[in-house]
Amino acid sequence: MAKRAAPEVNAGSMADIAFLLLIFFLVTTTIETDSGINRKLPPMEDNDEDVVIKQKNIFTVLLNGKDQLLVEDELMDLKDLREAAKEFLDNGGIPKGQEGYCSYCQGKRDPSSSDNPDKAIISLANNRETSYKQYIAVQNELVAAYNELRDRRAQELYGETFAEMEANYNDVNWPGNKDKLKEKIEKIKVEYPQKLSEVQDTK
Amino acid sequence: MSKFKKKKGGDVPAVNTAALPDIVFMLLFFFMVATVMRENTLMIQNNLPFADQVEKLDKKDLVMYIYIGKPSQNYKQYGTEARIQLNDKFADVSDIPAFINAERASKREELVPFLTTALKVDSDANMGIVGDVKQELRKVNALKINYTTKKGSVFGRN
Repeated sequence: MAKRAAPEVNAGSMADIAFLLLIFFLVTTTIETDSGINRKLPPMEDNDEDVVIKQKNIFTVLLNGKDQLLVEDELMDLKDLREAAKEFLDNGGIPKGQEGYCSYCQGKRDPSSSDNPDKAIISLANNRETSYKQYIAVQNELVAAYNELRDRRAQELYGETFAEMEANYNDVNWPGNKDKLKEKIEKIKVEYPQKLSEVQDTK
Repeated sequence: MSKFKKKKGGDVPAVNTAALPDIVFMLLFFFMVATVMRENTLMIQNNLPFADQVEKLDKKDLVMYIYIGKPSQNYKQYGTEARIQLNDKFADVSDIPAFINAERASKREELVPFLTTALKVDSDANMGIVGDVKQELRKVNALKINYTTKKGSVFGRN
């Protein structure tokens, strides 16, 4: 029997087909952003009892309709906000030996600024005309101030940054002890709690 | 003399394109894997602001998206003021509780407390409308929010 060789299939147009598909996916791809600044809104229940907070423990940040920044009654540039917030949070104004003394603070210990990081509250107020971009920038700087302090503290205690610890905690493949890590993270969070309050629309 | 005859034809040989399909397929597979089909068709401009202290939103199925921005070119008849978009439709601030409740109803009950609201707001929108939305979210007790941003420095961008 005569063997007949099967004719070779011409694959020349395979590239064309692949290109067609490629171009389709190129056009339809939108790289979705799925990261952002997480926040928690305060619950609605209005408690009538006013909590008295000392003025020196509040760091007021005002954003007006022209995107200008008023920090503690002084005009400030956005780039200086992070340092100012860090200085305020890390002040630790209560003198040594008294209750509430902050042993890990490295601030100026100015008695006229915040007592300790637990008492220190940042209050952010914005106007209806404030642009969202500026608002996010301010939020970002304030969150950055907290994160930098937490990173520094974590570096002192455990030799790694807070961001690394959180990344490890969320990583399923991380080999270490997660319960211990959780404890460490909680400890840092207690030492530098994020107390950022927002004032509703100042008209 | 024939020993020294020039090789016939001086022209360059054709480039072998046999590996071209392989390269194209490689690219194709990358894009096929990386593509996430959009759930909503955007009717608004949505140029997100930049921030660098961002956290990743995990569990995509537990996220409710609220888009805010100016109506885009094709929807000019809706004006130039920033508007809210929920699920392919322009919406009013008062529609938000219904939207949240509908989203909650579509999820299993034990997952409801983990629902996060992602606010995808255009950089040029102003805080008035965002504040109103936040107020509505507080009313329906949807307190976990995420300001979705692009990753990058907040300075030097306009």
